[in-house]
Amino acid sequence: MSTSLHTPAADLERKPGTPDFGPASGLTCRECGASYELGAAYACIECFGPLEVAYDFSGVSREVIESGPQNMWRYSCLLPVASYAGDERNLNPGMTRLVRADNLAKALGMTGTLWVKDDSGNPTHSFKDRVVAVAQSAARRLGLTTIACASTGNLANAVAAAAARAGQDSVVVIPSNLEPQKIITTATYNGVLLAVDGSYDDVNRLCSELIGDPLTADWGFVNVNLRPYYAEGSKTVGYEIAEQLGWRLPQQVVAPIASGSLLTKVDKAWREFAKLGLVDDTAYKVFGAQATGCSPVSAAFRDGHDVVRPVRPDTIAKSLAIGNPADGPYALDAVRRTGGAIEDVSDAEVVEGIRVLAETEGVFAETAGGVVVATLRKLLAQGLLDGSQETVILNTGDGLKTLDVLADLVGPTATIAHDVDEVTRVLAEHHARAALDADAPSQA
Amino acid sequence: MSVQVRIPTILRTYTDGASEVEVTPAEPTLSSLLDALDAAAPGIGARVLDDAGALRRFVNVYVDDEDVRFTDGLATPVPDGAKISIIPAVAGG
Repeated sequence: MSTSLHTPAADLERKPGTPDFGPASGLTCRECGASYELGAAYACIECFGPLEVAYDFSGVSREVIESGPQNMWRYSCLLPVASYAGDERNLNPGMTRLVRADNLAKALGMTGTLWVKDDSGNPTHSFKDRVVAVAQSAARRLGLTTIACASTGNLANAVAAAAARAGQDSVVVIPSNLEPQKIITTATYNGVLLAVDGSYDDVNRLCSELIGDPLTADWGFVNVNLRPYYAEGSKTVGYEIAEQLGWRLPQQVVAPIASGSLLTKVDKAWREFAKLGLVDDTAYKVFGAQATGCSPVSAAFRDGHDVVRPVRPDTIAKSLAIGNPADGPYALDAVRRTGGAIEDVSDAEVVEGIRVLAETEGVFAETAGGVVVATLRKLLAQGLLDGSQETVILNTGDGLKTLDVLADLVGPTATIAHDVDEVTRVLAEHHARAALDADAPSQA
Repeated sequence: MSVQVRIPTILRTYTDGASEVEVTPAEPTLSSLLDALDAAAPGIGARVLDDAGALRRFVNVYVDDEDVRFTDGLATPVPDGAKISIIPAVAGG
């Protein structure tokens, strides 16, 4: 294992002095352990393994965190950012609500407490605002003036909006077949939006090839060359859950898997909290959720493999449609280490998941949230997840972003004239139908 | 036959900074192409392949538009004039 301190020349040339990354002490290869100085590097020169931020934490306490702002910057002391990152122009995401979901728990036959961490409450309505906020801060420290990304949609929204807020240039690259809602919202922020005829994996490849091109010398691709910083933003989901539960960890969590990063970072957040003495080091299980039409990590889990074989995605859950998830092996590691499981669900089950969450809790999730709810149901039915234990599920995005999947399934109860008798008649019919539906299972 | 290979930034120390290298493999396969690339840029092969001679876990190689993990891996045919791209795997999102 190499422990040499590499300093890619291009990064050194770009650095205006010594950047302030707060408690971050360097970058480390997750595969071979090679160490690197902090910079716009993302892959190990030795083995191509992904680089991760290493830290030297100090002065972290509940009191310090609790005295911080009501957004993710309250955890600045645990992120690769300067202490003043939250004072720079950004979207100030985080501290989204943790919703107690008693009705959903009852509908699913759970006796333990169920919570929904609802990240649709972020400024652009997905958890991606968190990761972009950290990457945007890193771009500033590294003198990168344009922020860019390869996106399945939610990240596109987050990058374009964060750039608009900061007065920065942005370049967002997406597959051309994304949901119209995600394209329209991104385009409205009025950065450069490139729709590529191809899959997300094609888009990701294109952006990787653009790294090193003179055209992109001043660009920070948030999820490519700024990825080590970007990914750390997801830890704040885990931090918030623990703090909102009263400085303790739940017993089970169900997270969606696209790249696999979010799941691994929630796990990392809880391990950090326990190691720093901010919470008791209680056991928890991590569960992963995928759509069957893009389930390479679920398949690897089922088959007992450590390696994730890429697939060509075909699912309505486009925000999870990454066929070649590079953090998949690490998601497998976290799930197996904690005794959890990974499952996948059909598109029909995804829609049903969206509907049952909305009907029972008034939370309108995008397809990724539907994947999580449906997977929770499946894991319960299989006995892999314990319904008597306290469980948190993650809703990573807003249902308004994926309206198409419901458009043919829901609508007005009736279209009527503005007449009281009409209302009386329609409601009588509606209640009669509801009563029949309620009786139907017992008659079956 | 002649084949163009796109080199990622982190491997350009082996190619004197060149972003593309033209090589002439002995056989029309990816394996042979990587041998030829290593001859042209000594040391680069060991960065792309592991000790067992397999593609490293976090390297993606494309022959034209095909990820070789969807084709025949190192045995993937490489036609004359093909464009090869070597890319670090990035998780995306």
